[in-house]
Amino acid sequence: MNDSSATGNSSLLLQATGLHRSFGERVVLTAVSLALAEGETIAVIGPNGVGKTTLLRILAGLLRPSAGEVLLDGRPVRTADPGSRSAIGLLSHRAMLYDDLTLQENLEFAARLHGLADPRRVARDALSQVELLARAGDSPRTLSRGLLQRAALARALLHAPRLLLLDEPFTGLDSAAAGRLTSLLAARRPAGLGTIIVTHQMDEARDVASRVLSLQSGRIEGAAA
Amino acid sequence: MKSVPPGALTAALIIAGKDLRSELRRRTALVSAVVFAALILVIFNFARDPTSLRAEQLAPSAFWITCAFAAVTALSRAFAVELEHGALDGLLLAPVPREALFLGKFLGNLTFVLLVEGVTLPLFVLFFNVSLKGALPGIVLVALLATVGFVAVGTVFSALTARVRFNELMLPVLLLPFMLPPLAGAAQVTAALLNGRPLVESVGWLRLLLVYDITFVTLSLLVFPALFDE
Repeated sequence: MNDSSATGNSSLLLQATGLHRSFGERVVLTAVSLALAEGETIAVIGPNGVGKTTLLRILAGLLRPSAGEVLLDGRPVRTADPGSRSAIGLLSHRAMLYDDLTLQENLEFAARLHGLADPRRVARDALSQVELLARAGDSPRTLSRGLLQRAALARALLHAPRLLLLDEPFTGLDSAAAGRLTSLLAARRPAGLGTIIVTHQMDEARDVASRVLSLQSGRIEGAAA
Repeated sequence: MKSVPPGALTAALIIAGKDLRSELRRRTALVSAVVFAALILVIFNFARDPTSLRAEQLAPSAFWITCAFAAVTALSRAFAVELEHGALDGLLLAPVPREALFLGKFLGNLTFVLLVEGVTLPLFVLFFNVSLKGALPGIVLVALLATVGFVAVGTVFSALTARVRFNELMLPVLLLPFMLPPLAGAAQVTAALLNGRPLVESVGWLRLLLVYDITFVTLSLLVFPALFDE
């Protein structure tokens, strides 16, 4: 069974159809389909090693599926038009930050690459959003795991992406930071921004998502109980 | 949020600026390349028998071998920094063409290698006691022409080897054969200039270097995006 039911009457933001991915002989994803409506948050849960991160990287356009297609706003996500990537924000297992730059410099660099007006202010706002403004002048190498996760979130949210892809976003966060993240995600819905979270924690998934899908043995097995 | 993705050249300058800022702050690649260059020059200088080999005969080869190895040292860092904390994914997700990533890394590497060569040149004059009188503009020109080509190839190989095991061994193995034509040309022109010959006599080598640059910068631009097509 695959997910084909984006909720409500909202128009479709993302549609993945028949995704298949193998690495050599090892098949990771088999005929995975899912749909995400504007303003919707869905969670994909599954145990370690089931292909959640691979799925997220395919949805982000970082990885080519062996078969199948991902459409973002009706256009292939791996399009020749690089401008379409500005609609995507990704939080992966790694922070995507440079140790030799301060947090402020890291976010300004990302803001410039996204062509955002006033990168300095945008970077400060993003750090403020995750309550890291006091550490703006520090290097990522000086941060604890939880603070690094918050900095990575600031980078992912920086350009208010229409599609936000989060890989285990609550990892390392204390309860206050986790609560703030939940609020940040909730605030995206009225603006029509879509979010996909992959996690192995059912309670996290239920807290933030309107639908929870289960990925088992490389297949979407249906709505999780 | 309103955004206007930067053009390829602007994006390249943003990336090159980030790399240079990062490298000047870290200084490890710069210091190690310069120390490495100084050591090679010292070894060449003391290994030479001054009664059988004049400094001008050995100096051009010594200078360009030194620059080649110092450049490899610097290039081996170029993509390693992008793998720390998975920063490469951030670059790949930016709304800029892959060619802009190449140009940015290329410009950063080119500036850095030229900086290393700029520091090596006075050491070379000091150790080999050669006179650059009248030869300096020609040496600067040939350094620029030779460096553009091998840094372009080096940027591609740096990206190619960054994610493989033993990458610090793989990079010189792949890159050094491609460095031979520009280094041979640069050594020939440098030797002629140090012997007081006018630059115009070396125009054939300069043309060869120019053709190498155009060919390999173009090929690198074409090949680079495919490296990230996983």
